[in-house]
Amino acid sequence: MTTSARIWREKPHRYRLEGVRCKKCGRTWVPARQVCPCGSRGLSAMVLPEEGRILTWTVVHTGHPEFSDSTPYALVVVEFGKGARLLMQLADFRREDLKIGRKVKVEFRKVQAAGESGVLCYGYKAVACSE
Amino acid sequence: MIGIIGYGAYIPRYRIKVEEIAKVWGANAENYKRGLGLTEKSVPAPDQDVITLSAEAAKNALKRAGIPANALGCLYIGSESHPYAVKPSATVVADAIGAAGHLHVASLEFACKAGSEGMYIAYSQVKAGVIQYGMAIGADTSQGAPGDALEYSASAGAAAYIMGQGPKVLATVDWTHSYATDTPDFWRREYQHYPRHGSRFTGEPAYFHHITSCAEALLKKSGMKPKDFQYAVFHQPNGKFPMAVGAKLGFAREQMVTGWLVPTLGNTYSGASPIGLTAILDVAKPGDRIFMCSFGSGAGSDGFVFTVTKAAPKVRDLAPKTRDYLDKDRIYLDYGTYAKFRKKILKNLED
Ligand SMILES: [Zn+2]
Repeated sequence: MTTSARIWREKPHRYRLEGVRCKKCGRTWVPARQVCPCGSRGLSAMVLPEEGRILTWTVVHTGHPEFSDSTPYALVVVEFGKGARLLMQLADFRREDLKIGRKVKVEFRKVQAAGESGVLCYGYKAVACSE
Repeated sequence: MIGIIGYGAYIPRYRIKVEEIAKVWGANAENYKRGLGLTEKSVPAPDQDVITLSAEAAKNALKRAGIPANALGCLYIGSESHPYAVKPSATVVADAIGAAGHLHVASLEFACKAGSEGMYIAYSQVKAGVIQYGMAIGADTSQGAPGDALEYSASAGAAAYIMGQGPKVLATVDWTHSYATDTPDFWRREYQHYPRHGSRFTGEPAYFHHITSCAEALLKKSGMKPKDFQYAVFHQPNGKFPMAVGAKLGFAREQMVTGWLVPTLGNTYSGASPIGLTAILDVAKPGDRIFMCSFGSGAGSDGFVFTVTKAAPKVRDLAPKTRDYLDKDRIYLDYGTYAKFRKKILKNLED
């Protein structure tokens, strides 16, 4: 599966942060799944809120060759309330933004470009909210 | 009542100061600041382009309009820096905001007036009764060649407008007028990276002639005078031109400062007068009249007369304000980082 085909297929969560919430155990899943690990098939569609908080973070200094121009870059786990957590890149980051509990919001950004002539891939990254 | 039911802006966080660019080219920063009437400009992050800026502005407009994205009958993005030469930016933006499917989508191009062009088309379609709601976006991440005067001003930003009718209208569109001729003041040929300008056409025969021709016809058509307006916003390629053309038409500085963002934003091309209008809508009172006139090289102008309604103060706090984007949370770049961000550095191709 090429990247562009995969990203096209993953548009619901990559473009719109759509997922599901389990009616039985209350857990949230992004991307959406058919069956909750608790065994329930009772899942309702939901969209993640636009704001969350940094649960933990790391800075990548030696990245995948494709991202060598953007090192060092920050990865954060964002908690979106009700236990929904997502691993995301923290865009436009400054060292002082990397704090556990820091409020962040999502912004639509370019994620990958397949070379100089390939398709462009987009999705959400986190950015620190102004304090 | 037909007009704007939602609006939203987006401006990147990164900035570069005129001094920082002048230092590299051995130019006199004070001369540039005085000559261009600006001190700094916005710079898109390496992962931002017209599509991402448009998506953020579009989401802000939807928050203020309070309509579901799939109610949009059209989505137009006007820009001269669309990421794809072939594949409309609005296809991605429509899907990102949840509007994809049954709507009319197009990329528009007319140098710096491509944004107002979309506003005019979306408004006209609502007026014709073809669609209920329509969105138009003006966005750019334009570049000037290194060392060129345009490098000091070419910046990035977006503004989105949703046109509709009924009680949601926060600013009615009362009158419109457009003006266009063949004037070779500025162009970019296919496959060329940077635009070129025909210096002798810049200024008087291009910017001033088209804006005054459009604006004077619009004033005549509406039977209004400059003093009838609380606000006026013009295309702003630099700090000086919009103030000069406004004064020539009879507008006072106080009417123009609110929408005059270029001194610290730079020239956002297709976003310029549309973003200026968002800053006015953020503060205008019900009953206030707004005069807008864009300009796009090539050349042409679109003019609008708006009247703010009592719906505006109720929805303006539902999304970030334009002045907040402009004044808060800025990250300043040195020229080296800026050149890397804007891909002005030649790298060895890895094998
Ligand atoms: Zn469950």
